[in-house]
Amino acid sequence: MHIPDGYLGPATCGFFYALMLPIWAFASRIVKKTLKARQVPMLAIGAAFSFVIMMFNVPIPGGSTGHAVGGVLVAILLGPWAACIAITVALVVQALLFGDGGITAIGANCFNMAFVLPFVGYYLYKAISLGAPAISNRRVIAAGIAAYVALNLAAALTGFEFGIQLLLHKTATGQALYCPYGFNVALPAMIGEHLLIFGWVEAIVTALVIKYLQKQSPELLKEGGR
Amino acid sequence: MKITTKLWIGLGILIILSPLGLILPEHFKAGSAWGEWGADEMQKLVGYIPKGLQKLSSFWNAPLPDYGFKGWEEKGLPHLSFAYIISAILGIVIVVAIVILIGKMLAKKDE
Repeated sequence: MHIPDGYLGPATCGFFYALMLPIWAFASRIVKKTLKARQVPMLAIGAAFSFVIMMFNVPIPGGSTGHAVGGVLVAILLGPWAACIAITVALVVQALLFGDGGITAIGANCFNMAFVLPFVGYYLYKAISLGAPAISNRRVIAAGIAAYVALNLAAALTGFEFGIQLLLHKTATGQALYCPYGFNVALPAMIGEHLLIFGWVEAIVTALVIKYLQKQSPELLKEGGR
Repeated sequence: MKITTKLWIGLGILIILSPLGLILPEHFKAGSAWGEWGADEMQKLVGYIPKGLQKLSSFWNAPLPDYGFKGWEEKGLPHLSFAYIISAILGIVIVVAIVILIGKMLAKKDE
């Protein structure tokens, strides 16, 4: 889901940077108000987890690969704004140091994976687990469903951003300038593989860690406990 | 043991296991992620390399491309796995350092 340099035209890249700048600014303000000093190590662990879980490429035999993002888990534990900052740091390091995701596409990649994904996941988890005790199974299931839906939505957005390039930029002879596949290919490809495989990876990883935390440290899951 | 200590250990285990993210796709003959093809693959897939893509794709030269060392691309899985683990460690150290720095600037002192 890491859009590389060259797949999005300048208009799309600029648009998403412009969209993310106020989101990042607002996230810093919220986190400044809500994050306690003792939660900082947890935020660092969350960012590190997201970074490393994205290195676990899961193959579709003979096809493509994909991976979980771990962002819904971070959002459940620390809130969506803190998760936004943690995942942004992971994505920027991946782009700059490892060429995973383009520099020009940092805005778009952060919008998909560091904004939409943790927010959708967080509020879906909140809604499904509403009123459930910290150690209830409903929280584990809520986390899994939230992770599955959020990753798929992020994948669909990525597919949309790929697909719209053909509408925005074309040479006189009809050749693509950036991503060469339109909506008809990009959307089903991105959505299909995440619905079938990678969404489940995100769901299982998220649910298992929540299950583990219920046993080890249930106070992390209490309402308002963050 | 504190929960954060346990989670750090968990991260350590993930670092050691990370080469699975390299080995499994290789074993099952899976290619690049959708939309993350290099220029050669693009040429094969659509028959040409989009001009804008070609220009922008070399926009940035990452020091450890694809979590590996430059010039090691053909060295085989054991070498690549080693580079992958080093990349994971380096990436995590940098991510953690940045988040702690941001955290120090933003977080409230505990009352």
